[in-house]
Amino acid sequence: MAETISINGTAHPIPDDPRITLLDFLRHDLRLTGTKKGCDHGQCGACTVIVNGMRINSCLTLAAMHEGDEVTTIEGLGTPDAPSPMQRAFLENDGYQCGYCTPGQICSATAMLGEITNGWPSDASETLDGPIEATGDEIRERMSGNLCRCGAYANIVAAIRGVAAEEGA
Amino acid sequence: MRPFQYDRARTLTDAVQITQGEDAMAIAGGTNLLDLMKLQVETPGKLADINRVGLGEIADTEDGGLRIGALATNTATAVHPRVRADYPVLSRAILAGATQQLRNKATTGGNLCQRTRCYYFMNIDQPCNKREPGSGCGALDGIAKLHAVLGASGECIATYPGDMAVALSALDASVEITGSDVTERTVPVRDFHCLPSDTPWRDNVLEPGEIITAVTLPAPVGGTQLYRKVRERSSYAFALVSVAAIVEMKDGVFTRADLSFGGLAHKPWHDPRIAQALVGNAPSAQLFDRAADILLEEAQGHGENDFKIPLARRTLHAVLEQASEDAA
Repeated sequence: MAETISINGTAHPIPDDPRITLLDFLRHDLRLTGTKKGCDHGQCGACTVIVNGMRINSCLTLAAMHEGDEVTTIEGLGTPDAPSPMQRAFLENDGYQCGYCTPGQICSATAMLGEITNGWPSDASETLDGPIEATGDEIRERMSGNLCRCGAYANIVAAIRGVAAEEGA
Repeated sequence: MRPFQYDRARTLTDAVQITQGEDAMAIAGGTNLLDLMKLQVETPGKLADINRVGLGEIADTEDGGLRIGALATNTATAVHPRVRADYPVLSRAILAGATQQLRNKATTGGNLCQRTRCYYFMNIDQPCNKREPGSGCGALDGIAKLHAVLGASGECIATYPGDMAVALSALDASVEITGSDVTERTVPVRDFHCLPSDTPWRDNVLEPGEIITAVTLPAPVGGTQLYRKVRERSSYAFALVSVAAIVEMKDGVFTRADLSFGGLAHKPWHDPRIAQALVGNAPSAQLFDRAADILLEEAQGHGENDFKIPLARRTLHAVLEQASEDAA
């Protein structure tokens, strides 16, 4: 049986060329172009996807390294007709200008709220064991791996805080 | 990326076997290695993917310490209940580095082996004795803001960039290593990284074909633990200076002061004379100055990084002040 990787619930054979990053596999091979290539060096976060529940930079990992893994991209979070709560919040809060960083921001923020629910501390947390509130400082620290060159940060934070409040994070 | 042969190791024996040979490398999280492969700073002919060999466990040791598997991610380590409770300096150091996306992939072993972010090392059009022995050091008379003020050589003034290892150094952790002759060895993390000397291409004591299997922490000592990182922006930046501190006090005097420093040298910097100077004495500005004098006795700037010398002194002062208040 061919080695496969699950993308948004569908199994795909792992590409032959081991040099293909997960990002290029998504965009070139599968034409899932929602995930964006910004810097291609793990600095901007535009390529953020969720693998086995954890957000990662898809540009800094090889597709071949993900045999049997479950990958969720922006296309797997929701659709224009049925957006996820985070996708809807970005729309309602105008959490972008050009939109290029948005899929990465939304994948990152979606996984980030799970990290807060788990009680995982960040560099901005006062204690390592206390309950964590999705304050502006916590969100800014936790989202520092997602750059927005339009500078829509205020509305991005507002969108995330809105979803956090709804979900009780 | 240059073409390479890719092999997925299923067992540790597999992994060791595949990584034998001059141009073979192990890949775990890949966040540093793939970055460098895209820049053609690293051009391995063969990659052994060791992610499935089962080294991700974090478990108690018999003597009350903690064994962190080489493939435990930085996130898994930083949020582990025992690390948060007993080794908070390690959680704090990890959380002060990189971004959540990177920490979710980066591993214990890979983080120890991460390479310098010296601009000349990262750019194949520039001279660099670390990347290309004998080609010279661009940083010596060039842009040297991130560079070393302690332990550098005329061949290389690069710094070790990580935060985690600085905390591991203060905690006096050990690195477990396995190799082709199936002999396992344990190296104190304080001896794991090398100074550049006249062999700047050598970052650490790993021999070709050797793989880190775990990092072991000794039984917790209590006291106050702090990690203070000074950087150019408040998140996602490398340390200009960082201090990991484990401090205990009794009857108004220091009874323990295990300190290690990041951003200053080719390795996490630990000088046992600093603890000797502090222990048995009551905290005071004069005492902190004496500790800084010892730390910086042989410090040498290279123009752009001259600021690190006074910055290290002030950061050490601030950490000792805070730690002695917390521990009192």
